[in-house]
Amino acid sequence: MSTFWRKSVDARTAVLYLLPSIILFSVFIFYPMFRTIYLSFFLTDQNGNAAINVGFENYQYLLSSSEFINSTKATVLFVLYTVPIGIVLALFFALLANEKLKGIGFFRTMYSSTMGISVAASSVIWLFMFNPSIGMFNRLLSVFSLPQIQWLLDPEWALLSVAISTIWMNLGFSFLIILGGLQNIDEHLYESSRIDGAGYFYRLRRITLPMLSPTLFFIITISLINAFQTFGQIDILTKGGPSQSTNLIVYSIYREAFINYQFGTASAQAVVLFVIILIVTILQFKLVEKKVHYQ
Amino acid sequence: MKRVELIDVSKSYDKQVDVISNINVTIEPGEFFVLVGPSGCGKSTMLRMIAGLEEITGGTLKIGDKVANNLTPDKRDLSMVFQNYALYPHLSVQQNITFGLDVKRMKKEEQRRKAKEVAAMLGLSDYLDRKPRELSGGQRQRVALARSIVSETPICLMDEPLSNLDAKLRAHMRSEIRRIQRQLGITMIYVTHDQVEAMTMGDRIMILHEGKIQQVGKPIDIYNYPANPFVATFIGSPPMNLAKAEFDKATSELVLGGEIRLPVPMDESGKLPTTTMTVGIRPENLYPVTPETKAEDIFHTTVTNVEILGNETVFSFTIGEEEWMAKWSGQWHIDIGDQLPVRMEFESISIFDGQSGELLKRTVDHGNYVTTKEVQA
Amino acid sequence: MKMGLPQKIWIYFLLILTSALVFFPVLYAFMISFMTGPEIIQGKFFPQTFSFENYTKVFSRLPLMNYLLNSFIVSASVMIGQLIVCSLAAYAFVFLKFKGRDFIFFLFISTMMIPWEATMIPNVFTIRNLDWYNTYQGLTVPFFALAFGTFLLRQHFLTIPKELHEASQIAGLSRFKFFWKVVLPVSKTSLVTLGAYGFLTTWNMYLWPLLITTNQSVRTVQIGLKQLQSQEIATEWGVVMAGVIVVIIPTLLLLFLGQKQLQKGLSKGALK
Repeated sequence: MSTFWRKSVDARTAVLYLLPSIILFSVFIFYPMFRTIYLSFFLTDQNGNAAINVGFENYQYLLSSSEFINSTKATVLFVLYTVPIGIVLALFFALLANEKLKGIGFFRTMYSSTMGISVAASSVIWLFMFNPSIGMFNRLLSVFSLPQIQWLLDPEWALLSVAISTIWMNLGFSFLIILGGLQNIDEHLYESSRIDGAGYFYRLRRITLPMLSPTLFFIITISLINAFQTFGQIDILTKGGPSQSTNLIVYSIYREAFINYQFGTASAQAVVLFVIILIVTILQFKLVEKKVHYQ
Repeated sequence: MKRVELIDVSKSYDKQVDVISNINVTIEPGEFFVLVGPSGCGKSTMLRMIAGLEEITGGTLKIGDKVANNLTPDKRDLSMVFQNYALYPHLSVQQNITFGLDVKRMKKEEQRRKAKEVAAMLGLSDYLDRKPRELSGGQRQRVALARSIVSETPICLMDEPLSNLDAKLRAHMRSEIRRIQRQLGITMIYVTHDQVEAMTMGDRIMILHEGKIQQVGKPIDIYNYPANPFVATFIGSPPMNLAKAEFDKATSELVLGGEIRLPVPMDESGKLPTTTMTVGIRPENLYPVTPETKAEDIFHTTVTNVEILGNETVFSFTIGEEEWMAKWSGQWHIDIGDQLPVRMEFESISIFDGQSGELLKRTVDHGNYVTTKEVQA
Repeated sequence: MKMGLPQKIWIYFLLILTSALVFFPVLYAFMISFMTGPEIIQGKFFPQTFSFENYTKVFSRLPLMNYLLNSFIVSASVMIGQLIVCSLAAYAFVFLKFKGRDFIFFLFISTMMIPWEATMIPNVFTIRNLDWYNTYQGLTVPFFALAFGTFLLRQHFLTIPKELHEASQIAGLSRFKFFWKVVLPVSKTSLVTLGAYGFLTTWNMYLWPLLITTNQSVRTVQIGLKQLQSQEIATEWGVVMAGVIVVIIPTLLLLFLGQKQLQKGLSKGALK
């Protein structure tokens, strides 16, 4: 008994050290995840208690609801607008900022600045810039005597406008991660390729990008997940409008649950969101990891 | 100044094959005991079992007179120096040295005094306030040493402490560690893969191979009388030359690698087996031929490589399927491709059993004596 | 790397142009925050005078000082909470041997795949049942455990030579003391990274405070901004922008100071 007690000291300590995390994860992640799945099969009362078991009816309702289909479409479109462009821009800036030049620190700070600006603050700034009468964008258009655009008020333009502002908001974080990845690349690789007489673009294609692929892989996954989780800018810029053109999935969940008090269907949407993100993550791992070059 | 005793100690992971087995050895108080062997032979594992960092899965470990199998490392009354020194990067040299004392709640004043003392002994006095990263490799090594000394434990374990130093510093630290060990009378258990370290430092050395003891003994005895071909080639540089050999009863000759015939004295021939043997000879026991050399002791070689080291010359040639080396003192003008006569005597060879590798015949004692010896040994 | 002068000029040109574009919205907001209504309507870029009128107005119309303080308390608490909870867990994963370690670690990592928004409905009810609406603990406690943070610290702890652990064992250091006196000080850089990251993300948090603050008592600045924006929008953009500038200054400062650290630390966590 005493040997067992002594030998298990590591295990007992581990329990103690892991307990805070385990309790918090259980209460605020695992339990609510199962609860969400559970609720998605029910109609609920005002207090979110399961009232009537409706089986898959909530899901059937979602599939037949033009509102939800529209929201899914908008979300996918939004992801396609923001992620590729956002990452290419961040990569471009990071490549520029990775040159060893005087004052480069200043430029790095500029590029990363948007990471320090909250979604709420950014949204308010962009809300002003998109303002049809006094905003900067329409003033620019009028300088070039182009037709004015109603940006956030036009169903054709609203999603794109939100996407533009979102690309800007996420730029700082992507930039920092990619720059970090670039700086982890061993300098000797470049030196040896320069001895071989490789040009800039050859080096970019054959050394930088392959060596950067783990970082790119990471930032692509994070960006995709972030894009699916967009909420703040919608709440401030458009409130899902006009005519639901920017009703992205998280905003839709929020409205369904906390404005319409339809916790059952909201939970069903949340489950859909969970599944989408799960698939994205797994696909990312399966598809990209094969091609990613790890050191 | 404590005895360390290992009785039938073995180690296995997940109840699989033993990585170490049947270790029986007693390390005497105040002894400098070296564990040597190629990498992966289990020497570090053995040291870590003595330290209490690895569990002992079989047998008994005694430290002093107490069974220590289940004691935690800090209860075993020992200190340890690691290969990478294991200095705390966030602490100054002084704090590193006194780390263990602080844990034992020694008074600060006392701690400082001891740190100063040890630092003076190791020439670290000017560096007490520096961080490890501001020190050279040799200085870090000294700090690790100081930390071990200051703990005043009767037993000190060292795991390849010199392998990260350059050759010159290593030679210097060898004698310094030896000096300190003698001065303090610590029982030292020292792990290394470097046979030169083992030979020069150890009172006794233990050679481990694949988790088994090959031989334990005084360095010079192991050099002269290796217990098996593995030890023969592991200790000594260049290693002992080996060749397969058979005894030709008709002519009373040993046939080495199918090429060399070496006459066997009458009184020895009876002791040789009729099966295959392995014959070994140290490179320095292959001599140049002189006018007095008996014709039957000479064999002819074709030189395949030459290294002139200034005070000695080493050249290679082929016997059977083996490459042999001979070491002649002084400088010799030898070129690759030269036909060279070499002298080999039966008394200088070691003979091992072809199957078990067991030593069947020792060499004679080659040691010289100073004739006008006045100093007491 | 050596490069020719024309190449250098070209890169500087790109750097200046693009970084100016990136930073422009912030600069623009800063300028607007000093403008009067008519100036804004005229579409100027530089204000006539740098008067702090908008700033005094924003502080008088909103309990902005309270909100700032709330945000600070909440962000600092989450930061400290995360550092404690994550470092304890990371320590257990690296330095303790126990059965099921890999499984529990996998469980931790799997939480990264669960979007926080998918669990928010039951969480809101949990907070309500705990009676944590409009409390600091409601805003902070759910975020103390963080798989990303545990992972980041674990990566750093793994780089600590195991001999350091063994040397401490031989010296007789207890597990907690080794954690406290060796592991944490040695991992200072990762702790700073995680701390800055935790503070930034919490300061910028939007949806959760929106859900569980129903009055001004613990409301954070982000929700204050939303409030300000919906009250003032048509009339006084200058005041709104003054609010924006006040809200972003602490995090921008933190970012400028810790940019290098964050970039190194986060990319370390990103790569296994």
